[in-house]
Amino acid sequence: MTDTSIPKDAPRAKTSIHQIDALTKKRNAAEKRFKAYGMAAIGIGLFFLIVLFTSIIRSGAPAFTRTVLEVDFTLTQAQYEEAEGQLFKTAAYSDFFIAELEETLTADGMSVEFDADTIERILGKVGGTLREYYRANEDKLGEPVTFSLATSSRVDGYFNGRVTRDGLEDSRFLMAADLDLVDALEEAGIITSEFNWPFITGADSGVDNPGGAGIGASVVGSFFMMLVVLALALPIGVAASIYLEEFAPQNRFTDLIEVNISNLAAVPSIVFGILGLAVFIQFMHLPQSAPLVGGLVLTLMTLPTIIISTRAALKAVPPSIREAALGIGASRMQTVFHHVLPLAMPGILTGTIIGLAQALGETAPLLLIGMVGFVARGYPDGFLQGFVEPNSAMPAQIYTWAARADSAFYDKAWGGIIILLIFLMFMNILAVILRRRFERRW
Amino acid sequence: MPIIWLVLIVAAIAGAGYVAGRARAMRSVEGDHRKLHSLPSYYGWNVALKAIVPAFILAVAWLLIQPLVVSSSVSGMLPEGAIPENSSRGLIMAEVRRAADGLDMAVETGSISPEDARSDAAEAAEISQVLKDSGAVVTSELTEPILRAAQRYRALNATGHLLMTGLVILLSVIGALWGIRESRGDFRARNTVENGLRSLLIGAASIAILTTLGIVLSLVFNTIEFFRLYPAADFFFGTEWAPSFSGRGGSSELGVLPLLWGTFYVSIVALAVAVPIGLFAAIYLSEYASKRVRSVAKPLLEVLAGIPTIVYGLFALLTVGPLLLEIFGKDGLGWMQAGTAVMTAGLVMGIMLIPFVSSLSDDIINAVPQAMRDGSYGLGATQSETIRQVVLPAALPGIVGAILLAASRAIGETMIVVLGAGAAARLSLNPFEAMTTVTAKIVSQLTGDADFASPEALVAFALGMTLFVITLGLNVLALFIVRKYREQYE
Repeated sequence: MTDTSIPKDAPRAKTSIHQIDALTKKRNAAEKRFKAYGMAAIGIGLFFLIVLFTSIIRSGAPAFTRTVLEVDFTLTQAQYEEAEGQLFKTAAYSDFFIAELEETLTADGMSVEFDADTIERILGKVGGTLREYYRANEDKLGEPVTFSLATSSRVDGYFNGRVTRDGLEDSRFLMAADLDLVDALEEAGIITSEFNWPFITGADSGVDNPGGAGIGASVVGSFFMMLVVLALALPIGVAASIYLEEFAPQNRFTDLIEVNISNLAAVPSIVFGILGLAVFIQFMHLPQSAPLVGGLVLTLMTLPTIIISTRAALKAVPPSIREAALGIGASRMQTVFHHVLPLAMPGILTGTIIGLAQALGETAPLLLIGMVGFVARGYPDGFLQGFVEPNSAMPAQIYTWAARADSAFYDKAWGGIIILLIFLMFMNILAVILRRRFERRW
Repeated sequence: MPIIWLVLIVAAIAGAGYVAGRARAMRSVEGDHRKLHSLPSYYGWNVALKAIVPAFILAVAWLLIQPLVVSSSVSGMLPEGAIPENSSRGLIMAEVRRAADGLDMAVETGSISPEDARSDAAEAAEISQVLKDSGAVVTSELTEPILRAAQRYRALNATGHLLMTGLVILLSVIGALWGIRESRGDFRARNTVENGLRSLLIGAASIAILTTLGIVLSLVFNTIEFFRLYPAADFFFGTEWAPSFSGRGGSSELGVLPLLWGTFYVSIVALAVAVPIGLFAAIYLSEYASKRVRSVAKPLLEVLAGIPTIVYGLFALLTVGPLLLEIFGKDGLGWMQAGTAVMTAGLVMGIMLIPFVSSLSDDIINAVPQAMRDGSYGLGATQSETIRQVVLPAALPGIVGAILLAASRAIGETMIVVLGAGAAARLSLNPFEAMTTVTAKIVSQLTGDADFASPEALVAFALGMTLFVITLGLNVLALFIVRKYREQYE
């Protein structure tokens, strides 16, 4: 204790709990500001999320509709023979087609001037399609047949607002004057929009045909890659985790493995692509662009993720389970495989699905092992060929489209992203359900 | 597919061995399984493991080694004269391999008989015509030495595969017989099986080491190869990046500095977006937000982390780029020439990194003990003063670690910069200019029909090495900081 005390005659500031002094005001304001910063940060994050998704949906939706020209067309036997007898056979077919179309329009009371070039700009090479059809089905000659012909991607763009009358520059792809015919055809109900099934089931088209491009073949490619990843990464990942979590002694070797796993988890994905290129293609001469190679690379990339989540799941099984099993005479191996592993399974599966989802969206390594730069024109011939035949994968296909010069492919790229995100969403929902349904709290 | 058949045969041997081993063990104790050392199934598993594991190891080793042996043997038989002036042995070998593949394909489609494909009398011109007709891709006319080498290549490969199939099946049978012979009542089958399983588990765990080894070796060897063709000093200190596409070697300028500058510039912009937003979001979520807000906002933010990078790349190229161009382009402020720029890529990458920073920081802030907050409140501090003066300093090492991890992600990110940052390598301070990064150049140098002998392709491995070293360094530093300072409060 000291004898000093506050001098009695010192002037005391008048304070009151009803009156807020300047310093408190300042501090309260700072408090409010600080909180507002936090809210703003969350708001900005969510704002970005919303912008991202609206831009994906807005730009991707056009890929799911296509405009088709539906028209009844009759080719008589005489016309068929006449066309086949000419030098330019397909041109003859399109002349017949144009004549018929003109008749239909006139019957509807519309008169629009158009010629063969206009039709080619709107519909592509009609003659070839017709000739192919009639050569395959000669019995249809003379009967009216309803043809659904897909319009060119520019006309698609005109219908979903990408191409406007004012913004259109005349080119060999589409003239502004052609749009008069398109409008007339739409009014006559000949051109209609429908759901674009070929986009979902089809394969990639060449660089000059954005309208015919589909994502189906690359979905199959991704599927085969995921099979490889699942077949390799799950058993290897679980085995490695069991060893590290249940058996590994504390020594240098174990430390080395642990350090390696945590480092691999942070290695940029493109480095795995370099590894795949050097080891699987340069050294082992596995086929380029094959889903098998893609799957192997993605396996190596996904392993750390699966190992980390599997170890967490194994760790969550309480030691009492192990002790009980050991107590009634099970060996350590039996304890792990009969008791610990089944209990940890939901957690392991959740981690595996999340790892697979990550692998499904990964693009960079696939670029290096040759899954871009070619046109994946078809489906594999069979199950086993699916692993080794060159194919694309969803993200690689999207990149291919995004890198093409024709901006009509951008729609397809966004549409592909919607499909990719739908797959990812399902996988994540499955993981959440698994976790909710089977997760046990000890 | 012979490999599939091989797998099925070995599996069948193992299955039969399982049944036989189990039955023999049971017979040896006259059906009374109490007299067995282990459960009956262990005797079966013992046989099955012995049939599969050695055979599998042999097959994998063979498949790895055979191409090396065959290549060196075939390459040895190519005379010096067969290699043109401006080419190399590796390129010729690639051609031989293509020709051999072409022959395989032609035989498969039936446009050439197996005997003709093998015969010495086959004319090079004739064969190349057949290959072209059957749709096998042959870029140029085959020459005599290449055709002979290709035939030899096919012959060696066929013999090798036959030999491998025979040996693998033999080994599998021997293993199974050995296991069956062991199957007697007093054999400690369980211990054997469990030891075997344990080795398999160790093998699986070692794959992580093998992967790292594979990465390091493939990077190191190709990088050494590159430095043999291109001086290392020019690579590390060159300020110009201008690979030539026409001829091989000579005229290319492959300096890494412009690429590194682009990489760091994009990463800095990304971190300038992600760190403040992510950090404040983490603070709000862990200190202020009610449970309900937290349970909604946190998963929503983490959705951003689950979106594939190709989506962000497209978002940068087609949405953010044009938007920025409208504001800063020649109609607006006039700073920007095209949609692809450092700012575009950096901004989008920043969005991608927000959840990365916020989740890690959130965990770290939550790990600061409540007692420290209570102490600060007890002294009369407001909540924000507590956060700024107590919680954040306590969590600082962890947060720095999180930022370093985010930086390493930003440096290694590929798709966003490939699509969003542009392709021109330049040293410039203007963030609205297009620049390119290490990862983008790895992609552009290695995609397409690259032959792996030219410095223009090999430089990608040197770039990969640079990238690997930088990200590894950042990760190790981050882990070191987190480990060293984190446990103070626990």
